[in-house]
Amino acid sequence: MAYDSFTILKSTAVPLPIENVDTDQIIPARFLKATERKGFGDNLFRDWRYNPDNTPKQDFVLNDPTFKGKILVGGKNFGSGSSREHAAWAIYDYGFRCVISSFFADIFRGNCLNIGVLPVQISPEFLERIFAAIYANPDTELEVNLPEQTVTLLATGEKESFDINSYKKGNMMNGFDDIDYLLNIKSDIQRFAETLPL
Amino acid sequence: MSKTLFDKVWDAHVVRKIEGGPDVLFIDRHLIHEVTSPVAFLGLKKRGIKVLYPERTFATADHNTPTLNQHLPVQDPLSANQLKALEENTREHGIRHWGLGHYKNGIVHVIGPENGITQPGATIVCGDSHTSTHGAFGAIAFGIGTSEVEMVLATQCIMQPKPKKMRITINGTLGKGVLPKDVALFIIAKLTTSGATGHFVEYAGDVFEQMSMEGRMTVCNLSIEMGARGGMIAPDETTFNYIKDREFSPKGADWDKAMEYWKTLKTDNDATFDKEFTFDASEIEPMITYGTNPGMGIGITREIPKAEQVTEAKATFEKSLGYMGFHEGEPMMGKKVDYVFVGSCTNGRIEDFRAFASLVKGKRKADDVTVWLVPGSHVVEEQIKKEGILEVLTEAGFTLRQPGCSACLAMNEDKIPAGKYAVSTSNRNFEGRQGPGARTLLASPLVAAAAAVTGKVTDPRTLLQQ
Repeated sequence: MAYDSFTILKSTAVPLPIENVDTDQIIPARFLKATERKGFGDNLFRDWRYNPDNTPKQDFVLNDPTFKGKILVGGKNFGSGSSREHAAWAIYDYGFRCVISSFFADIFRGNCLNIGVLPVQISPEFLERIFAAIYANPDTELEVNLPEQTVTLLATGEKESFDINSYKKGNMMNGFDDIDYLLNIKSDIQRFAETLPL
Repeated sequence: MSKTLFDKVWDAHVVRKIEGGPDVLFIDRHLIHEVTSPVAFLGLKKRGIKVLYPERTFATADHNTPTLNQHLPVQDPLSANQLKALEENTREHGIRHWGLGHYKNGIVHVIGPENGITQPGATIVCGDSHTSTHGAFGAIAFGIGTSEVEMVLATQCIMQPKPKKMRITINGTLGKGVLPKDVALFIIAKLTTSGATGHFVEYAGDVFEQMSMEGRMTVCNLSIEMGARGGMIAPDETTFNYIKDREFSPKGADWDKAMEYWKTLKTDNDATFDKEFTFDASEIEPMITYGTNPGMGIGITREIPKAEQVTEAKATFEKSLGYMGFHEGEPMMGKKVDYVFVGSCTNGRIEDFRAFASLVKGKRKADDVTVWLVPGSHVVEEQIKKEGILEVLTEAGFTLRQPGCSACLAMNEDKIPAGKYAVSTSNRNFEGRQGPGARTLLASPLVAAAAAVTGKVTDPRTLLQQ
C-alpha cells in the first residue's frame, strides 16, 4: 500500500517511557479481526488506554491533552513480540508518522518502514534528554529530518543522526513500497526460480 | 570462504543484492492464515495482480478458530468473516487451504513440518512471528508483516537486509524433568527479551543434537522471544528420519538428490559468528516466568529477583510485578494456579502431550483448576487417541479440545479471566495476552501437568519421583 512521502517532520511528541512495549500492548489480538486496513487507531494501546468498561484511563498519556503530536517517543526495545503489522497500522492510523526509541524489535521496525511510519533509533542518552525536555515543556518541538538523517530538539538545537539504509530512505521520501520494486524485476525472479527445486 | 549454516541457506536464495539496501530473497514456502492475510489479498486486488506461484503457498485457519464444536458455524461474526475471506481468497488464487474441519487443519507451525512442507535448506515465511519454529529443520524461517505477505504472494520474494549471526552452544546432558521449553526459557532469561535482536541464531551442541524434532521446534519457536529474527539447527539423521515419507517431502530419486544437498547444510569448522554464547546443560532446571515478558523467567525452585538485583528496565520490572500481583524476593513454588493451558505452536505437539500424560497418569486433576488441553493439529489429536494418551487423560479427569491457537493469544473464546493465574505452555506472558487482565506463567508441559494435579506451582521432579 502506498503512503504519503516523508521528508521533514516538525512536531511536538508524545512520551511513553516504558521499556519492552510489545505489539500485544500496541494492539491486542482481539482487535485483529478486520479484513480491511481501517479503524485500527481507535484501539491503539487499547488496554492501557481504556478500562474494561471502555471509559478512558485518565493516567495514560494518550488520554492526557497535555501531550500531542505526530511523533511517539518510546522506551528501549519498542515493538517486541508478534509480527502483526496491525501494530504499525494502528500507530499510523492514530496519526503518528514517526516513532523514536533507543532500540526497536526487528519485525516491527520493518513493518513501520513498509507502511510509512519512520522508526528512528537514537542513543539512550539522547532519548532520556528528549523525555526530560517533553516533560519539562510539552510544547517542545522535535524535528525529524529524513534527507539529513537527523533528530533535533528545536529548543536547544541538540541534534543526533540516525541510520537508515539508502534504499528504504528513498522509498520513504517518495512514498514507494517494495512491491513496486519487486514487480519491476519479476522476470529476474522467475528465471531465478527455475534454478531452484521446489 | 567458510560459511555458517545460515550463510549457506541465505546466500542460495538471494535473487539480487541492492547496494546500501536489503537483499531480494526468494521464498520457497509461504504459509498463511486467516488473520494476517486478508489485507494482503486486498492489496493484490487493488493492483489487479495474481499470485505468482500459488503452489508455494499453504493456508490454514488457526488463530481465531473455536476449540469446541468445530462442526457448528463459528459464532463470532468477525472471526467467521476472516475464515470466509481466507476460503474465498485461496479459492480465487488456487492456493491449498486446510480450513476448519479439514483433516489436515491445525496450527500453521504444526502442520508445516507434519506434512513435509518444512524442509532443510528452504526459506519459509509466514505472517506470524513464531515462524522461527521451522528453523528446527535447518531452514531459514521467520515471521513477516502483511505488506511482506503481499510481496510473497505477488512475487515470491521479500526484501530484507541480511541479519547478523549468533551461535548458542549448550553441551552436557539435561537433568530429569528438564524439557526443551526449559532450555529455551533459560536462554531467554540469560539473553533478555531483546538480547538477540538483529541476529539469526544457530543452536549447537550436545543438547540440541540429542533433542527430538518436536523439542528442536519448541526451541526454535521461542527464538523470537529474545528478539532473534529466527533460530536454526543443522539437519541430521533425526531430521531426515522425521521428514521421510511425509506428503510433501521428496520421493525416490528426488529424495536422494535432496539428501545429498541437505548433508552439506552445516556450519564450516572455521566459520565465524558475530556473537557466541555457551552454557552447560547442568545449569538448567525446570523454568517458570514471573513477569510480563518471556525473559522474566527463573528456575522453579528460585525466588523472584529483588528490585535491587535488576539492572535494566527497572520501571518495567515494577510495573510487571504489579500486574502479576507478585512481590520481589518471593518464591514461585506453591503459588495458586487457576488455569492450565497446554497447546500452541510452542508446545502443542505429540511429545508435549506424552510428557503431560506421563506425569498425570494415575493422579487426579485438582478440583479448583480449569485445564484446557488443545492439540496443535488434527494429526496430533489422532495420535493422542492412537497412543492411548486420551484414556490416561480421561481417567485423570481431563478432556481434550479441538486444534487451534486458542488461549495462546485468546483471539477466540478461550480467554483466561482477568486477575486469574494460568500456567501456560505457550510463548508469551505479555499483559493481556491470554485475555484482558490475565496473568500468565510460562512453563513446560511437565510444569503444567504438575500445576494441573496440585492446583499450584509445583516442581514436577517431586511428582515424577513418586
